[in-house]
Amino acid sequence: MAEPAIDRSKMQISDEVAIQITGMNKWYGTFHVLRDINMTVNKGERIVICGPSGSGKSTLIRCINRLEEHQQGQIIVDGTELTSDLKNIDKVRSEVGMVFQHFNLFPHLTILENLTLAPIWVRKVPKKEAEEVAMHYLGKVKIPEQAHKYPGQLSGGQQQRVAIARSLCMKPRIMLFDEPTSALDPEMIKEVLDTMISLAEEGMTMLCVTHEMGFAQAVANRVIFMDQGQIVEQNEPREFFNNPQSERTKLFLSQILGH
Amino acid sequence: MSLLYIRKDMLGPSAPPASQTGAIRWLRENLFSGPVNSILTLLAIYVLYALISLSWPWLANGVWTASSLQECRSIVAASAGPDAGGACWAMIHERWHQFIFGFYPPDLWWRPILAFGLLFVALAPVLYADNKSAMSKLCGLIGVLAVLCLIGADGFSFHTVLAIALFAGLTAFAATKPRALLTVTILFPFIALWLLWGGSIWGPITALLGFMVMAMIYSLIAPKLGPVMGASLGFIAACLWWLFLQSYVSEAWQALLPLELTYVTSDKFGGFLLAFVIGVASISISLPLGILLALGRRSDMMLIKTLSVGFIEFVRGVPLITMLFTASLLLQYFLPPQTKFDLILRVVILVTIFSAAYNAEVVRGGLAALPRGQYEAADALGLDYWQAQRLIIMPQALKISIPGIVSTFIGLFKDTTLVSFVGLADPLRGITTIVRADINWKGIYWEPYIFVGGIFFIVCFGMSRYSMYLENKLKTDHR
Ligand SMILES: Nc1ncnc2c1ncn2[C@@H]1O[C@H](COP(=O)(O)OP(=O)(O)O)[C@@H](O)[C@H]1O
Ligand SMILES: [Mg+2]
Repeated sequence: MAEPAIDRSKMQISDEVAIQITGMNKWYGTFHVLRDINMTVNKGERIVICGPSGSGKSTLIRCINRLEEHQQGQIIVDGTELTSDLKNIDKVRSEVGMVFQHFNLFPHLTILENLTLAPIWVRKVPKKEAEEVAMHYLGKVKIPEQAHKYPGQLSGGQQQRVAIARSLCMKPRIMLFDEPTSALDPEMIKEVLDTMISLAEEGMTMLCVTHEMGFAQAVANRVIFMDQGQIVEQNEPREFFNNPQSERTKLFLSQILGH
Repeated sequence: MSLLYIRKDMLGPSAPPASQTGAIRWLRENLFSGPVNSILTLLAIYVLYALISLSWPWLANGVWTASSLQECRSIVAASAGPDAGGACWAMIHERWHQFIFGFYPPDLWWRPILAFGLLFVALAPVLYADNKSAMSKLCGLIGVLAVLCLIGADGFSFHTVLAIALFAGLTAFAATKPRALLTVTILFPFIALWLLWGGSIWGPITALLGFMVMAMIYSLIAPKLGPVMGASLGFIAACLWWLFLQSYVSEAWQALLPLELTYVTSDKFGGFLLAFVIGVASISISLPLGILLALGRRSDMMLIKTLSVGFIEFVRGVPLITMLFTASLLLQYFLPPQTKFDLILRVVILVTIFSAAYNAEVVRGGLAALPRGQYEAADALGLDYWQAQRLIIMPQALKISIPGIVSTFIGLFKDTTLVSFVGLADPLRGITTIVRADINWKGIYWEPYIFVGGIFFIVCFGMSRYSMYLENKLKTDHR
């Protein structure tokens, strides 16, 4: 795959910590799904998380905005610790955007209403202003002309771009992506990846669960490999792909890359 | 042999072949597609023919003006021969008002007519949200009909002039500021209460104050103890107000500033007036109650969940008639003896509870049909529980539940006839029995049932058509 030309001028990693996870464990009933997770994400980092299906990737990033609750350890997002305190949870959620595999757009609202809903009700932005911001981001994801359609009238790739724009309208500091291209037809994957790349170019802190290794090599500054609920290996992308250390990583990479 | 094939020019779309359309094709496909289908079609045609040929003479020989069943029969015998049957619509002609108003005093008929007209004005913003032209058309049409009815009932009186001004004003409102009509919707229950039962205007106003007490307690408590606590304490406070304080306050105001309509007691209500009072009140309260119960049943909080499940299962497991008997007997024991607890009010409460349980299950079905991703997306955007419910979950869940909810409503409206078991004069059994007790109409059988059944059908069919319109309007998955 030809590497897209990427403008790296604004992709700077600062010393400020965006997410700090220490000694985190999570169980589903008796099933130990995440085991002793420790990771620090600095502002401006672009991290790709990969690993076999069922290894706990989704669960990990869903813990970061508390769609899942962890039972042990500490998760601090942008200085706020996630506990059962609802105020903290709401604060973190409004700072962290999330993009899902199946888009999860609101089918009963138009695209524009999907984008303005949270700014109006959570951020209390006046409707007019929210609409201007929404149109700005729809322009960024290159579908301003669809503003008054319903999600059901758009293609998968367009819906996913709307979902990204919807998160961006909340002006998040961190974006989480959970396999954003896995439900898309091949010809639509690129348009979504392009949107994500341009987001990275603007210096957004991003955590992406994805198997798009081209994207990982082009954009990520760090790749994390998970298996059986644990972080098995992490490295900068070139090293990770060319010179994997653990046997599990080698096996995984040979399965998804080589034939 | 070469496998190479290349299309040189692309095909444009062309019109469908003629056999795709046309009446003959429709007949063949739908009615005569095979031997079984053809036989069924012929059989159905025969049954229809038999039914019509049997009932047609009876309908056609119908007599519209007579003063008794005997007179009807002799008119039919004179015109169509001694053996011919004929409907005696004259009974309807003479007694229609009892089917409609029960025993409501004729000189006060303008009040239920006005209330019924206002009902549609109050419904307009709910039925046609933001659709100005539909709203103003409905208001205008209802206004004209109501005024015609008023002229019919009352002649050209003060009330008629009042109604003309009122409906003209409301129609203008609907056309210009449709949102303002919501005020009418909110105030309508109190206006209707006052119009129908009369008495001091301070009664409904102080009843309205009960809701303000509820809102006040809620806004004081909710920030500290959470919305559920706030709502329940507010509700309790409002109940205390209604049961113990309201009557004193309202009497005090009445003494200061007397403003009243002639009081009409509940035993004067009957016929469709009664059916509509019970039906409309129960329908409009049972939907929100059902939604809350459905949410309660899916709640994570043990206590709320258990209470909701217990309530729903209990109410669904008990026949409505049992609950109506309860309404007429048991409630009296539980409540303080000095409270005058009207029989109609008691029935409304019980019927409401009954259909709320059914609505709760219908709405729960809608909630269960929503993908989990909708909740997650709402959470991830930072919406709180009630915002997510109101903006994301309920609009979709209710849309899915429309057919079920409307079925419950239709069932409820027809079930209002069961109030005859506790001595209220419902149109079907109550009024019909009373009419047949009249020596003049003794022995009449089909006509009142056809008349009452016809009206029920029109109302229920209307609800059903509206629900289809709504489903269509809310359809946003243009796949
Ligand atoms: N709600 C749940 N209840 C119980 N087990 C779950 C739940 N969600 C996920 N799991 C299990 O947890 C493991 C990790 O799931 P997930 O994080 O979705 O994996 P991945 O995204 O890496 O494919 C899987 O074995 C899955 O079956
Ligand atoms: Mg996953």
